[in-house]
Amino acid sequence: MKPVCENCFKNDAALKRPRNGMKVCKECFFMLFETEIHQTIVDNQLFARNETVAIGASGGKDSTVLASVLKTLNARYDYGVNFVLLSIDEGIKGYRDDSLETVKRNQVQYDMPLEILSYDKLYGWTMDKIVAQIGKKNNCTYCGVFRRQALDRGCVQNSIGHVVTGHNADDVAETVLMNLMRGDIQRLDRCCDIVTGDSSSRVKRSKPLMYCYEKEIVLYAHYKNLDYFSTECTYSPEAFRGTARALIKNLEAVRPSAILDVIHSGKQFQLSKKSKARQVRAVQCSQCSYISSNTVCKACVLLNGLNASEPKLRLTEDEGGAALPVRVLEKLQF
Amino acid sequence: MKIEFGGGLEQLFDNKQTLELHFDEPEVTIQTVIEKLAQICNELRSNVCLFLQDGLVRPGILVLINDADWELLDKEDTVVEDKDTILFNSTLHGG
Repeated sequence: MKPVCENCFKNDAALKRPRNGMKVCKECFFMLFETEIHQTIVDNQLFARNETVAIGASGGKDSTVLASVLKTLNARYDYGVNFVLLSIDEGIKGYRDDSLETVKRNQVQYDMPLEILSYDKLYGWTMDKIVAQIGKKNNCTYCGVFRRQALDRGCVQNSIGHVVTGHNADDVAETVLMNLMRGDIQRLDRCCDIVTGDSSSRVKRSKPLMYCYEKEIVLYAHYKNLDYFSTECTYSPEAFRGTARALIKNLEAVRPSAILDVIHSGKQFQLSKKSKARQVRAVQCSQCSYISSNTVCKACVLLNGLNASEPKLRLTEDEGGAALPVRVLEKLQF
Repeated sequence: MKIEFGGGLEQLFDNKQTLELHFDEPEVTIQTVIEKLAQICNELRSNVCLFLQDGLVRPGILVLINDADWELLDKEDTVVEDKDTILFNSTLHGG
């Protein structure tokens, strides 16, 4: 026996909402979920009329739901915003090439222009090449640093001043715990901000889904039959993030509101005067002129390291990507 | 009984999106179904840890019984029968 929807009291309930335990039917869920995102957008004045906004699109569940909901809300509430899909091709065979196919279909489904930028073009290195050189340890650091800058560059190239990303509540709660656990006070201070990037940075970033549960994002995509890509990156994720993620999921199972509660707590953290004084001022990178907290930005430091160390052996491109020989070698160790 | 996989879980089951299961009893709890699936997982030499944690479905995997969230029902203790469709959808992949 399915319980009845606690919102319309007509239809069978389809899911239990993690934020408040409310049982709702599909139709009420769509309406509540979309309206809450609209409320977040209005409360934080995320968009301005006639603004062009890039949607960081990976083809995954979060950015696909983000694009779909923003298209719906833009029409329903007449934001007057022009959305563009912006995708980064990290150069990971069997993962990113497949997910980019999804983004290309999204371009048609959501009738939005699509821009794709590749690590290869931007930095001269694909992730497959990087992993072939440095191995699977720490490769997420490279990917993360490069992606962040790549999104900025993509915006600047297209004269766009604002990029939205699909970060959800689970992601933000996970980041709060990670920053807390490694004592990264400066990041802890700003990781719960819905808008990041101050007046000195050229591109504003925001997270319209930061109060949306991952569970609801996946169910929204499922019930709406959205076309998304759901394979884990072929390069195993950072161990520390994975542990924080498991912790969040275990907490959610016991107390579903914990995810929003962690974000709420994270928002209350404020830097002491002493820490604030120690905050580094943003400067321009002396090599690439991008915004940085050091004379040379993190991306350039990583690139310099990659370019300096000549590869010990040249790997030929094949179907499995340049990293395949590494993967084969790693398997042999078992 | 029809079993469907999403969110990457199909990789644990020989890349099959769907699976048919039959039980001798007319009604079983979904925990019995889960244990049967774990057994299949082991036979295929897949990493069962991505599906189970301490004998229960890993937190972060959504379970839908006839397209309804199992949290509305009795979760593991929900009784299912041959005509039911059960979807296991993982949220544990990148966005």
